[in-house]
Formats: sequence, C-alpha cells, structure tokens
Amino acid sequence: MDLEAGLQRWEAGPLKASLERLPERKARFETSSGIEVRRLYTPLEAASADYLDELGFPGEPPFTRGVQPTMYRGRYWTMRQYAGFATAEETNRRYRYLLQHGQTGLSVAFDLPTQIGYDSDHPLARGEVGKVGVAVSSLRDAETLFDGIPLGEVSTSMTINSTAAILLAMYAAVAEGHGVKTESLQGTIQNDILKEYAARGTYIFPPRPSMRVVTDLFAFCRERMPRFNPISISGYHIREAGATAVQEVAFTLANGIAYVEAALAAGLDVDGFAGRLSFFFNSHSNFLEEVAKFRACRRLWAQIMIERFQAKRPESCMLRFHTQTAGCTLTAAQPDNNVVRVAFQALAAVLGGTQSLHTNSRDEALALPTEESVRIALRTQQIIAHESGAADTVDPLGGSYCVESLTDEIEARAREYIDKIDGMGGAVAAIEAGYMQSEIAESAYRHQREVESRDRVVVGVNQFQAAEKPPRRLLRIRPEVERRQRGRLASHRRRRSGDAIASVLSGVKKAAAGTDNVVFPIMEAVKAGATLGEISDALREVFGEYKER
Amino acid sequence: MKRKRPPLMKRRLPPRLLPSPRGREVTWRQVRVLIAKPGLDGHDRGAKVVARALRDAGMEVIYTGIRQTADAIASAAVQEGVDFVGLSCLSGAHAHLFPEVVRLLKARGAGSVKVFGGGIIPASDVPALRKAGILKVFPPGSSTQDIADWVRKESGRGKKA
Repeated sequence: MDLEAGLQRWEAGPLKASLERLPERKARFETSSGIEVRRLYTPLEAASADYLDELGFPGEPPFTRGVQPTMYRGRYWTMRQYAGFATAEETNRRYRYLLQHGQTGLSVAFDLPTQIGYDSDHPLARGEVGKVGVAVSSLRDAETLFDGIPLGEVSTSMTINSTAAILLAMYAAVAEGHGVKTESLQGTIQNDILKEYAARGTYIFPPRPSMRVVTDLFAFCRERMPRFNPISISGYHIREAGATAVQEVAFTLANGIAYVEAALAAGLDVDGFAGRLSFFFNSHSNFLEEVAKFRACRRLWAQIMIERFQAKRPESCMLRFHTQTAGCTLTAAQPDNNVVRVAFQALAAVLGGTQSLHTNSRDEALALPTEESVRIALRTQQIIAHESGAADTVDPLGGSYCVESLTDEIEARAREYIDKIDGMGGAVAAIEAGYMQSEIAESAYRHQREVESRDRVVVGVNQFQAAEKPPRRLLRIRPEVERRQRGRLASHRRRRSGDAIASVLSGVKKAAAGTDNVVFPIMEAVKAGATLGEISDALREVFGEYKER
Repeated sequence: MKRKRPPLMKRRLPPRLLPSPRGREVTWRQVRVLIAKPGLDGHDRGAKVVARALRDAGMEVIYTGIRQTADAIASAAVQEGVDFVGLSCLSGAHAHLFPEVVRLLKARGAGSVKVFGGGIIPASDVPALRKAGILKVFPPGSSTQDIADWVRKESGRGKKA
C-alpha cells in the first residue's frame, strides 16, 4: 500500500473513530503567524522537496541545516548575557562576575541618553541615566567600563545604533590604550538604524543620512577592525513590538537588503562586506515555529544574496545570528515560571542553530535582573549545552516532517512580504510610509485581544492565577547614580582644552557635510576628549533630526 | 527645535456620544484621553495597544508618539482638553517623569485632569507615585478591559456608559 492510500485508510478508520469519541480542542490550530498547524505531518508534505537544493549540508549554501559543518560539536554557541546599568564602574563589576561564571562574550547595554546622543548632564537625560544600561558620555567612562577586561580575547557586542560610530571609536581607543591592536578585536555593533524607526525608537537623524553613517561604519571596520561585525540586523525588537514570526523574518531581511543596497551604492564590493553582516533574532514561545523560523531565515537569506546580489563567496550568503529569548513573554505574575519559558525558548534557539545566545532573567518584567537571576539564566544555557544532548548533532530537527513543512511555509510567507516591500520601493520607503510600523501594531493588538479573550493562554496571567507575595529583591538604580555620573562628567569637561575640542568637532562636521568617511574624525574627536553629546550635536547640526510621523 | 504640539494619531473613531457628568444638561461629550510616552523610552507597544483599546471602547484617544517631554505632554493635555492622561514608561524613569507631568498640569491650571500610568513599574514604587498624584498604576499583565473600566468609572459615567 502506498503512503497516500495508507493515509486515507487511517483517516477513514482509526482517526474518524477517535474524533467521534473525543473531538479536538480547537477547530483550527495555528502558529503566531497564523500558519495552520496540521494534525499530522507525513512525507507527503515534503514530497516536492529536493534535499540538496533546499536543505543541503551544514556549512554550505543554502545553510538551512546550519552555518558550520560541525555546529556545536566543535564549539558551543557564545553565551552572551546583555548587561549594563548605572555607572561604568558598577557594570564593569557585573562583567567580571559574568566572565567568572563561565560567560564567553560580553554584551553591553547602554542607557537611553547614551543611545540617543545626550550626555548624562543633558536636561533630557533627567531620570534616565544608568536606568536601562550603563551611561557612557566620554572615553573616560569607556575606559572604566572595560577596565581589566582582556579585549584581545573576549568578543564584545554593543547594542548601539544612532551613536554606534562614537561608541565603536571609544571601544577601539580603549583597546589601543590596553595595547591591543584594533585589527584583532572581535565583536559586533548593532548599527541597525532601520529597525529603530520601525520598532525600537532610538533614532536621532533622518533615515537617509543615518544609512550613510551605517555604510561609513562598514568601510571603517573593513579597514581597521576586519574581525568585527559592523552590523547586527535585528528582528528582535520588531518581534518584541508585536510582530509575528513571519513578519520578524520578512522585515529583518528586507532591512538587510536595504543595507546591502546602500553598501553597494557606496561603492563597496558585495563579497568584501557581506560576510561580516550579522543578524539578531528573537526566540519566542511557539517552539516548533521558532525552530523552523531560524532555518527558514538562513535559507531565504542565502537565496537573496545569491539571486539578488550575485554573491560569490559562501560566507557572503551565510546568515549568522545572535538570539535573545523573548522579553515580552516574561510575566510579572509568578515570575519563577519565567525560568521555564526562557529554557524552552533558549532550546528552540539552539535547535535553530544560533551562534550566540542571551537568556532573559525571571525578574525582567519588573526591573533589571539581580545577580542571582542572571546566574540562573546563564546556568540555563549551560544545562542545555552540557546536559541536554541537543548540542551533540547538527540540526537535530532537520527532516522532521512538521518542522520542514513549517520552514517552507515561513519562507514562502516572508517572501511574499518582501515582494510587497520591494513593490513599495524597499525597506527605507516602507518605513518612511509607516508600513512596517502599522503591520506590527496590528499584530500586537490582535495578540492582546487573543490574550484577553483567553484564546491564547498565558499561564499565571489569564489562567492558573494564584495569590502571590510581592516579588523578592529587585535591582534598583538609585538616584545617586545620576548625580555621581554628572559629577564625573563635569570633572572630565574641566580637564580638557576648549580649542582642541572645537577643532575636532569641526572635523566631524566637515566630514558629515561632505563625503569623507565620518568615523575617522569621530575617532579623533573621541581621543581628544569630546563627549558623546558634543559629537552627536555636531552631527545633528549637519544631518538634522528625525521626528516620528 | 521644539515643536508647538506633538503629532496626533491620525485615525480616530467617529464620536460616540456619552452623557456628560453634569447629568441633566444636554451636553454630550466623549471621554477624552491622552496616551503619552514621556522620556526617551521607545517601547510603544503597550501605549499603542492601550490607545487603540480605549478607542474601541468608545473614548476619544490622542496618542503623542514616543520621546515626549513632560512639558509637551502637559501642554498637549491642556490644548486637547482631555479628561485623562495615561503615561507609559518602560525605562525605569517613571519615578522622575510621572510626577513631573502632574506638576506641570497643575501649573497650567489643569490639576483636574486625571493621570494614570503603566509600564515596567515595580509595586514598591507605586505608593510614591500615588502620593505624587498618579491615581492608578496598571502593572504588567493588566488587561485593557480593566483599564477601560477604570477610566469609565473615574469619569463618572459608570461601567456601562
């Protein structure tokens, strides 16, 4: 009997009888993206698949099964906890703590003034200094932040976008001060401005001049920091803002296309920079959909790079990514349950082939995490790595009828979105028209409705609630932090020569107004002691400021 | 450069008339709510969802967009003649920014505008916010239904109005 006939027999016999006895829980099962989840997947769903074309071998295009031939059998993913709060001194202590507990890479969280180009003593920084990350206003703060950290050995990721050039220049200057050559530095700057307009909000300049700074950074890194990823094209925040898995893939890759086009337009050669593009995704709660999402992303990006941009080197088509578990799924109610959520999300990222991972801490629906909570989050990764066995074979879920079918479906739906965005004139135009923003807001609202109608169960929130004691100890950023940081900055300002600062800032303005790479004069300015706010103001003067529509 | 007034969300529902709190007077007016994002925080998912839910509940809602100063929010509240200001902040700056909005509303003679808030706000911060004039803080996980019910109740129009 062939498969089709066998399936018909099963449906008419055992299945029918079972459904009559016990109907299914829902009429239709679906993923976050509205993809119907079937009762049973069989080889029939994968009948048309050509193994070599669509899956292939790990380490070779289209990279569906992973970007390295041996994946985690060679080396585990980088365990990289995003951390930063209060002053450089306190954050430096947290970094040392994390490295001491087996973390293998740093990830810097900056406070909002630093991300938006305001010094800690700016009026708009009031109340925000050191809150969501560390305050860095000058090279002096950066020196304190990385004091005693072996920058030649660790890789450092920095979540910084509109002020990425300034922070990268500070990082390079600190390394030089440690006697480490910039050529040997490893890490990533986020430098993904498009998703700031679409979802995250830390933009300063309008999109077009911002894109120019992005490509200046590509060129700078290629010349001075060739082992550094000059961008991390991020779906994470798009997903946090409410997007579905398919929207996360589609909008992120559409942004990726825009960066490649901008770099090509700036005269860079595709195989010269594309291998250094890196990505950043969310790992959400629908386990199978997430695993499929990561696989679909890799395949789709490889196809885009080959078909659209005629990339020749395999590295240029290789989608390498960092993953963070989904902050928006953390609940304030029964916070210990978050440990379990994070573990499943982290496992999905590992089964999806991530290159590095941040696991959220249980208390983050209420505050920045305490040391104890961060340690549990790090231990979660270590348990997956060392105890679960999931890291011992490449792409363990490859070939699962269900996961392969979801992978195909996510890829097809993301492609449709990308075609639509192409039709609008690309990602920059789509964002300027508010298209991505409204699609994301629509999904966010639908999600909320589903939670409130209990079509979507959130354990501890709309079902299985319990009376609780107020949460344990939370991390608090005291108001003294802001005062202390202002004091540090004031003493820094007193120690500089005004003339030297004016001269380096005019160098920044000149480059910004012309076509010279703006990162080199920014590096000069940083070394001369100009502050982040001063350099940002110089650029504001030339580029103008963006206002939300 | 300072804008005169923050951009307003374009899409509004057609007015649905509600009896005014003055009872027999035949003035009919919707509850007007300003949803605002003070400070530098860009997390606007919650603010947008709440704005839309209140609008779907029949209120007139104006959303300021992200990165507004307390001053811009207070002046928008006065210009738009709102009954409520709902503040959303996920960056931890609520302790400074929320009371600042209340203070500036009073300074503009709009002390009767009712201020509520939400975001990443630990329960231990709530008493100080209450004392500073924030009438209600909705913790993470609050339903939009609860928020709409609270606004209706405070507007004196009853749960069903």
